[in-house]
Order: sequence, then C-alpha cells, then structure tokens
Amino acid sequence: MNIMMKKTAFALILSLGLVAGCSTTGEEPMTDEEMSAVDQEGGASVYGSDDDGGISSDELRERERREAEARGEGGDEASLRRITTFYFDFDTSEIKMESRDVLAAHARYLASNPNVNVRLEGHTDERGTKEYNLALGERRANAVQRFLVVNGADRGQIETVSYGEEKPAAMGSNESAWAQNRRVELIFR
Amino acid sequence: MRQPVQVPVMWRRLIALPAALALLVALATSARAELMIRVTKGAGEAVPVAVVPFGQSGDLPAGDNVSNIIRNNLEMTGEFDPLAADRMLSLPTSGDDVFFRDWRMLGQRYLLVGNVSREGDRVRARYELFDVNGERRLLGESSSTSVNNIRSLAHHISDKVYEALTGEPGVFSTKLAYVTVDDQGGKPRYRLQVSDVDGRRASVRLESREPILSPDWSPDGKRLAYVSFESGKPQIFVHELASGKRSAVASFPGLNSAPDWSPDGRSLLVTLSRSGNAEVYKLDIDSRSLTRLTDHWGIDTEGAWHPDGEGLAFTSDRSGGPQIYIKDSENASPRRVTFGGRYNAGARFSPDGEYLYYVHQREGAFHIARMELDTGNEQVLTRTGMDESPSIAPNGRMLIYATRQGNDSVLTVISADGGAAYTLPAARGDVREPAWSPILR
Repeated sequence: MNIMMKKTAFALILSLGLVAGCSTTGEEPMTDEEMSAVDQEGGASVYGSDDDGGISSDELRERERREAEARGEGGDEASLRRITTFYFDFDTSEIKMESRDVLAAHARYLASNPNVNVRLEGHTDERGTKEYNLALGERRANAVQRFLVVNGADRGQIETVSYGEEKPAAMGSNESAWAQNRRVELIFR
Repeated sequence: MRQPVQVPVMWRRLIALPAALALLVALATSARAELMIRVTKGAGEAVPVAVVPFGQSGDLPAGDNVSNIIRNNLEMTGEFDPLAADRMLSLPTSGDDVFFRDWRMLGQRYLLVGNVSREGDRVRARYELFDVNGERRLLGESSSTSVNNIRSLAHHISDKVYEALTGEPGVFSTKLAYVTVDDQGGKPRYRLQVSDVDGRRASVRLESREPILSPDWSPDGKRLAYVSFESGKPQIFVHELASGKRSAVASFPGLNSAPDWSPDGRSLLVTLSRSGNAEVYKLDIDSRSLTRLTDHWGIDTEGAWHPDGEGLAFTSDRSGGPQIYIKDSENASPRRVTFGGRYNAGARFSPDGEYLYYVHQREGAFHIARMELDTGNEQVLTRTGMDESPSIAPNGRMLIYATRQGNDSVLTVISADGGAAYTLPAARGDVREPAWSPILR
C-alpha cells in the first residue's frame, strides 16, 4: 500500500468515525473522544463556546437541513463536496461535529487529486476588533487546514487567508447574520 | 509671529500632480468624499464663549467663513458652548469696540472678535480674545495665509484660542485618516482618506477593491502605515503622504497586520503569523529586521507602544478570550491588565501614558472603555453598542472611534472622559478605522 493509499484509507476510517452512528459497513467506528484526540493532534485550538454563539437563524437551519440531506445520500462523495462553507461559534476555531464528515470528503478528494489546490478563506462576524478578528479568521482557516492535512490532503495543496470581519456573507447586525459570517470557505482552483 | 500652515500639497492616489491641477482634483474629491459633521451633544459643563462674526473687507472667497469655522471647532470639543450670533447685543470686530457689560449680561466668560481682509493673493485675520469678567485681553494676533487656504487659517486661530483657554494645545489643525467603503457596480470600493478633523477637505490616498485596514500615523505626521489586501493577502505598507510613494514593509506568509508606529518613528509593532500563529513583532522600517515580542500559542495581536517607547500593550487570548496585557519593556514578562468582562481588545495608550483606551464587551455590546493604569479603575465611555478602533487626539482631550448608526458605520468623537461631542457619518457608504494624526509642525 503506498503512502497515498494509506492516507486515503486513514481518512476513510476517520470519516466513518465522524459519521459514527450512520456507519453500516461493519468497520469499527471511532468514538468522539478519539476524534477529539486526532483533532488536537492536528493542533486545532479548542475553546469553550460563548453563550451567544449558538445558531438561531432559520436560514442557517435550512442550510444545515440541506447539508444533512446531502450527507444522507449514502456518503455520495460528490454531493458531500458540494458543501464548501463551514461555520463556527463566536470566538472559537473549533470545527463543529457536523462539519467533519464533509471536510473529510474534501480531504479525500484532495488526496486523490494531487493537482487540485484549495484556498481556505477564514472569516468572522463583525463583533469585536478588526485586528483580533483577522487573527481569529486565520485560526479558523488553519484549523480547517490541519483537519484536511490530517485526513490526507497535502500541505502544499492548501493556501489560507483570513479576511477577519471584512467580507461578510450576510449583512446585518443580528445573530442570524453573525452565524452565517463566522465561517471558513473552501475555494477550489 | 508664527504664520499658519502653508497650502497642503494634494495628491491623487499615488500619482503626483502639478499643484494647480492637484488642487482642482482635491476640490472635486472633497465634494464627493466628505464626511458630514453632526454635533450630537455638548458636555454638561461647557464654558460659554462668544465668537463674534468677524468683519470682512476686500474680495474674499465665498463659503469658508473664518469665525463660523472657529465657533464650530470650539463647539465640537464639547468643552465650549458658543453663543448664537442672533443673541448678541453688538457685533464688535476689534477690541476698541467691546463693551464688556454687554457680554457679562449674556453670561459669557470669553469673547473672540476679529476681522478678515484680502491682501493681494493672501488673506489676513486680526483677532483678539478677552476674558469678560477680568476685562483682560488674552490674545491679540494677526495671521495670514493664501486665499485658497482659509480653513487652515481658521483652524490655526482655533488652536491658539483653545490653548489660551485650556492650557493644552488645540488639535484643530491635525488630520484624520480613515477608510470608507461604498458599493460601486455591486463591488465594494475601499478608500483610504485623509481629512481635517471636522471631516472637511477629504482626499483619497489609496483606492482598492480589497480591504484596507488599520491606518496609523508616523510620529512626524508625514507617513501612514496600513494593511492592504490588494494582492489578495494582507500586507503592511508604509505610505509617504506628500509624494504618494509607498512600499510593502511586511509581506510574510500568513498575517501581516496591526501596525503601530514607535514614538521614535523608526519601527512598527506588527502582527505576523509566520511562526504558525499570530505574534507581535517589532519591525525596523529601514533594515526590515524583526524582533519577536510575544511567544504564545494563543492569538497575540494589536501591539500598541507606550508613549515612552519602552513598553507596549497587546491583545492575547491566552486566558481563553481576548484580554489586554502590558509588557513594561520589550523583554519584560507580560502582565494581564483587563479583568472586567470576557472581551477586552484593541488597546491604545493616552499620550501621557496614564490611561489605556480599549474595546470592552459588556452585556453583549461593545463599548470603548478606559482604564487609569495606576489604580486599575475602569470606566465605560460610550453608550453606543458596536464600538471599536479608538484613536486618541494628540492632546489627550478627545478620542475618535468607529460605531454604528442604523446600518451605517460612522465615526464619533467624544471628549476623553466620555461626553459625547460629534459624529461624522460618511456622505455615502461606511466610514471606519479612524486614526488621529499627531500635531503637525
């Protein structure tokens, strides 16, 4: 088994762990605890979420419903990979559980397509200072980068940039807009 | 007698133009890009002062009225309460015509009278400032400027009057740098602008489709450092205002952000993530050598020099959320100074080093707060709720910050102890990232 295949297999196992509960393959799923360990090995910083960081927006719920539908299509890689935006809680760079199987699919895709490159754009909501938010957006992008690398992508395929609060996806000063703006976008090229 | 400032040379974006053409460009730009001043509230204890409309002789350009500008300047500080001209009993234009009894009856503490006259291609203002109760002349001076520069003359006189009345230098001849964002053909347009402190005479110094952030003035007021994403990645530029020449001084992989000029003008505090995460460095501008000043796996950013040039403040989330830390020297261990609330960031020292101003979250809203460093006493200065980017006037008496008015981002100036003074909404779009210049010599 060459290195690429090993990486892919590892990512596959990991991704099955991530969708623990949905697994029907008979492979032994990893537990959430083990997942956390992998994530931390990757170096993602995990912080307690703020009480006002929850997702309340109908729009976001609708989006997550669609994402859940995509995930429900029996692990169809292409439909998983249609999701390219990943959301975060206020002042954290912790990758949410619901983001992980989709990110693992992207990692598998990168691993099996070494000529494909991806740009990770880290964003924050408008609250707090612009400069702190630049650093926070970078930490989010870095967390996603580490996750992709741990799951098989090559470091050289990934470029990161943080825009902080400068490029909101949704306008407005409310929790709905903020929740849509705390994100990392994957842009394939 | 000191003459007021000469005509500022204007530049359009990065290209130097002949002075005559440049002025036309500047005027055109002003009409489009100007902020509109709106005085929101004076402080409670404002000092009554009468600025009598100046006498005018000779051919003077319409529009800029010297005594109106002076009256507006004094009012915007929140420290003075100028008398409306229609309540005045007489309109003296020189000290010889002043009857102090009239002004005492009107409850005025101070009185400014003067006249403006055309002398060839120059305009001269003669003015006298009186203490009404003491019946004493505090100032009696004459200043002139070119006919196109009447606003500078009015700001110069305002500075003289302010200093005579408060003992502190006036800041009416200083400048603001800020970033405006508006929509042009469905895409954002970022413009770095420089204007007078009343928002007038704005000129665009850089325009980009990508974000421009964190302008900071060099101590001599001749250069700006800022962050620009024009290349698709953040870079720190140093931009010489007179020539429009600029250079990228930090283009490392990852973050290049949060420039803060050292008091000696030789280096910048910057935030770089070349080591893997955000750390504060000192960047020597000429040699480009770097000295790393923080070392932690958390976010360290927003370095701000203490005015002594030895110590610095910075924001770190090493305790779990953003808080402000101070290093008393480059090699000292950082000590945390903010403990109130879960979000304190973006610190700036007062010019005397006695206070720290910063963004403080309380009950979900973001305010500007200040801390007296000797006592640790913390005071929330603003009542608006999405406040950031405090920048302190060089005399320490006022500060400007960015906040929200409806969906628009605006700049608000308040006195350093929190009395509201005035708001500068952009004529169109958002205005943010204010930076108050040093006193320009």
